[in-house]
Amino acid sequence: MSATLTPDRTVDTPSIANNTRGYFERVRGGDMGALPAVFGLIVLCTVFAVLRPSFLTSGNFANLFTQGAPVTVIAMGLVFVLLLGEIDLSAGFASGVCAAVLAVLLTGQGLPWYIAVSTAIAVGVLIGAVLGLLVAKVGIPSFVVTLAAFLAFQGLVLLLVKNGTIIAVRDETILALANNNLPPALGWALFAVCVAGYAAVQVVRARKRATRGLTADPLTLIALRVGLLALIAGLAVYALNLERSRNELIVSLKGVPMVVPLIVVLLLVWTFVLRRTAFGRHVYAVGGNAEAARRAGIPVDRIKISAFVICSGMAAIGGIIFASKAASVDPTTGGSTALLYAVGAAVIGGTSLFGGKGRVMDAVLGGAVVAVIENGMGLMGYSAGVKYMVTGSVLLLAAGVDALLRKRAAATGLR
Amino acid sequence: MPPVLELRGIDKSFGPVQVLHDVAFSAHSGEVTALVGDNGAGKSTLVKCVGGIYPIDAGDYLFEGRPVQVNDPRAAAELGIEIVYQDLALCDNLDIVQNMFLGRERKSGLVLDEPTMEEMAERTLAGLSVKTVKSIRQLVSSLSGGQRQTVAIAKAVLWNSKIVVLDEPTAALGVAQTAQVLELVRRLADNGLAVVLISHNMNDVFAISDRIAALYLGRMAAQVKTSDVTHAQVVELITSGRSGELGLNNGSGVAS
Repeated sequence: MSATLTPDRTVDTPSIANNTRGYFERVRGGDMGALPAVFGLIVLCTVFAVLRPSFLTSGNFANLFTQGAPVTVIAMGLVFVLLLGEIDLSAGFASGVCAAVLAVLLTGQGLPWYIAVSTAIAVGVLIGAVLGLLVAKVGIPSFVVTLAAFLAFQGLVLLLVKNGTIIAVRDETILALANNNLPPALGWALFAVCVAGYAAVQVVRARKRATRGLTADPLTLIALRVGLLALIAGLAVYALNLERSRNELIVSLKGVPMVVPLIVVLLLVWTFVLRRTAFGRHVYAVGGNAEAARRAGIPVDRIKISAFVICSGMAAIGGIIFASKAASVDPTTGGSTALLYAVGAAVIGGTSLFGGKGRVMDAVLGGAVVAVIENGMGLMGYSAGVKYMVTGSVLLLAAGVDALLRKRAAATGLR
Repeated sequence: MPPVLELRGIDKSFGPVQVLHDVAFSAHSGEVTALVGDNGAGKSTLVKCVGGIYPIDAGDYLFEGRPVQVNDPRAAAELGIEIVYQDLALCDNLDIVQNMFLGRERKSGLVLDEPTMEEMAERTLAGLSVKTVKSIRQLVSSLSGGQRQTVAIAKAVLWNSKIVVLDEPTAALGVAQTAQVLELVRRLADNGLAVVLISHNMNDVFAISDRIAALYLGRMAAQVKTSDVTHAQVVELITSGRSGELGLNNGSGVAS
């Protein structure tokens, strides 16, 4: 924009037209946000629905959530590390280590689930602290630290499960996490709380800002957002509450999978941390310009360590979901595609690999894309080889889009 | 009125290299003091000593007439000394308000108090008569060089600072933007701040400064009123350390 003196600062009037114009300006300037992920999701779902009608069944819809959950949770943690412009290649096997700890404590030691879960998460936090210290204090590039950890944790999982045996997980609370559903009524209650809560937060914020004379979102825009959320979430809850058992006389299978409220809570908590707290602001600042952050008195090292702690802690939760889904832990838990899918999820969702740009919501949207590819291609009967190649290409595509958008933003003077 | 900042007999060495020799420098409230000198004359070192980044080896550091110890940047900030470096130290991925409050965010409880920060930023920019930014919620990445400089300066004066040091604020700017930033710098002084302006541009210096301090090879050649000297005299002070009556005399030990 030009630097000529304007007669007076033009305060943007809060109208839908202005908001829409601002949005399109940002998109044209290279700040696509969630657009590619949403677009990709719609295209993929349409293609798979046309080619394989079974993709659209409510049973498969529920599968998508449980299949995508662990990767999405790991990706949420990775967003913090990616925001700093760092990477954690060991997140997959960190989740494997935590899952193995969980299984050993539950099945091997016979301890109650809450002790096993808190120990597994504590192990994740410890792993993150060590990785973070090595990156921030010693100064080893995160790529190398976590690549070394990738191998080391793979070995640690092998040691924990005693060279390739499979540890079964029989604790009912843990198994419920990825296998049970909420009663349909509770699903609707959750839906109502979420939509009402979202609406309340938006309206209260707009009111507060308006009374102080600051630009606030217009009520029509808020109504539109809340309406859209209610529509999408309502359809999802409705579909998940349909009977999906082949023979409902033997066993009834309906309701929102338990992992959904878990993901919603994690999404809300981490979004709050990133958007509304000083810590979150400092994470963005360190990712955007570490030197500026340091001069502003932000403890850069502490922020870096915290991001790795959050990442590995979330990987532990992902590992618990892995263990629950498979009802067992073996040496491949959290291995093979888990990490790549998680990084892919974050990047496909719109989190930049260059740091400073990204949201926790990206992990959820990108996780959905990855889950749809994995699930749809499975239904089409493609082999694992083809699936890997397609998912790898999608990750490369997303990273390419990220890099090109960054260039475009630089060209238009937006970065 | 005594100067708000007064340095006397400052020495600073890095290992065997003595960069500042017995430097005296003062800055007055409501005035723009231009700090000039050739490359390597010690301008940046002197400013970093003022900002507490380098501890001084010897000499007196007086703030509002009182001797003070400034050994780290935080101590300088607490006194009300803010330095705007040439690279501005802004985060491109954050907006104007977020940058202005970086590291010093206002909070209500655990949550960031965005409305208060927005109001304070708005007020500060209005106080500086800044009219060039469309919205204070714009990302810094979308701002021009002059606007970025404006944000960096506004960030420095947000905290009721008493002294603002600007390191080459117009070096990377075009003609129109330079004029705007200079106008802003003059306004800072008119608002009662002591402004120290490092510049290589004699036109800028003569346009807005009240006093000129010329460094020559780590020594203060002269600190004079801008109205008392000519363009040519200042250039002479910068290049040879003296000009007629002014400047270092031969007895001060400067190599020819």
